Amino acid sequence: MEYSDKVLDHFSNPRNVGELTDADGIGEVGSPACGDIMKMYIKVEDGKIADVKFKTFGCGAAIATSSMATELIKGQPLEEALKLTNKAVVEALEGLPPVKIHCSVLAEQAIKSAISDYYTRLGVDPLPIVGPIKDTHCHAHFH
Amino acid sequence: MERFVYADNAATTPVSEEVLKAMLPYFREGYGNPSSIYQKGRDAAKAIRLARDKVARGIGAQPEELYFTSGGSEADNWAIKGVVEALAKKGKKHIITTAFEHHAVLHVCQSLRKHGIETTYLEVGPLGVVKAEDVAAAIREDTALVTIMYANNEIGTIQPIAEIGKICREKGILFHTDAVQALGNLEIDVKAQNIDLLSLSGHKIHAQKGVGALYIRKGVRIPNLIEGGGQEGGHRAGTENVPAIVGLGVAVEIATKDIQARADKTRKMRDRLIDEITKLPRTRLNGDREHRLPGNVNVSFEGIEGESLLLMLDLRGVAASSGSACTSGSLDPSHVLLSIGLVHEVAHGSLRLSITHETTEEDIDHILKVLPPVVEQLRAMSPLWENIVKGENR
Repeated sequence: MEYSDKVLDHFSNPRNVGELTDADGIGEVGSPACGDIMKMYIKVEDGKIADVKFKTFGCGAAIATSSMATELIKGQPLEEALKLTNKAVVEALEGLPPVKIHCSVLAEQAIKSAISDYYTRLGVDPLPIVGPIKDTHCHAHFH
Repeated sequence: MERFVYADNAATTPVSEEVLKAMLPYFREGYGNPSSIYQKGRDAAKAIRLARDKVARGIGAQPEELYFTSGGSEADNWAIKGVVEALAKKGKKHIITTAFEHHAVLHVCQSLRKHGIETTYLEVGPLGVVKAEDVAAAIREDTALVTIMYANNEIGTIQPIAEIGKICREKGILFHTDAVQALGNLEIDVKAQNIDLLSLSGHKIHAQKGVGALYIRKGVRIPNLIEGGGQEGGHRAGTENVPAIVGLGVAVEIATKDIQARADKTRKMRDRLIDEITKLPRTRLNGDREHRLPGNVNVSFEGIEGESLLLMLDLRGVAASSGSACTSGSLDPSHVLLSIGLVHEVAHGSLRLSITHETTEEDIDHILKVLPPVVEQLRAMSPLWENIVKGENR
């Protein structure tokens, strides 16, 4: 498994691990059966992501992409955070092995899910703002 | 320099000093082709003969029943495909095996479906030990072969091989066992245990990778897997890998000497690992505690994932393996862990440590020092663990 130094850094020293008890939005994507779950908590002030925390059950790439994603959206206006793609996360990490790219997709979905929840709590329909969140990360087959 | 502990001997082992020393002369001095008529060729042939004697003795077989291969996978392929090919024309189109065999057995059985071969995959129960009576019950009129591994590579559980051999002999069914993990850990006697075919591999017992052997009991005739020149008595073509074979002979000789003493020493350290590690909350041992290879520890930690566990251990000087999907490269975790009834997320959180008699108490100390904090750290960042804890506090 060829993990870049950046990935190993974000894995060994993940940023923003934890929870926000007074979160304005919480998103959880993935599934235990699949071996990957990301949970993101955001605090929104003046339309910006004032604080963000994450918890992840998953492999090295899953933890590193969660950590990098939270770093990239911290302090950003919501509209900017929604523009974050998994490609940007992978680039910021200086690359991921091809078999691990799907972990970055999960990070993107976790952010969208948290922001969706924020809007839902305000009584606003998130769909037109956030768009659909396809949880296609894992195609688990159950025997 | 931090301590490095290699705890993945079930994956592969370092070549030992004795094996390497025995091999070296055959690279630049004893390089003759064993089929050649001149002195260098005859010397190489003699070296192979001596190695064959050693390997055969190690499992209680006759030298003429022993064929060198490129490893355990080739031996498994040859045994199963060979028996099936030999007996298909007699209408025997059924194989009995277990649900948790190595892929070198499972995938062969699956690939034989296109030839109309049906395979029964016996359940191994929550402890990972197949029942001999289940084997007996599964035997049909058209059964060609029973193939059951001597000891499982992931959870280390030991199968009732002698009992199964007896049943197969009584019913006239050929019995093959993949003994790759068992050799050197358990006393193998193919005659006493009624084993007709047996696969073994060098790199699990301190010989090099890329060499192994198939034992075929005298009187059992199966077609060749690899056709070509007349090597291995016309049964397995290819110029012999002389240094590797010489190394294998020495490795088997060493591995089958003093099995009890080495096993006792290893078992003590293994038990210490199991006892201490299973003290951690929501942590379980996978596979039977007693009928288990002396060096195998396989545990599951609820709430965390295996690859991240291995990475953290690697950064702290411990090399081990896991049954998580991420490490297997597929979407499903290990079929072995699923076969003993673990749910996916618990199988994902598994760790296998495999030690030998050369592992030291200080190595065990190191593992026990670094492992619990790593588990704790991963659990602290896991949403799954958060739910588990919340569930308990309800």
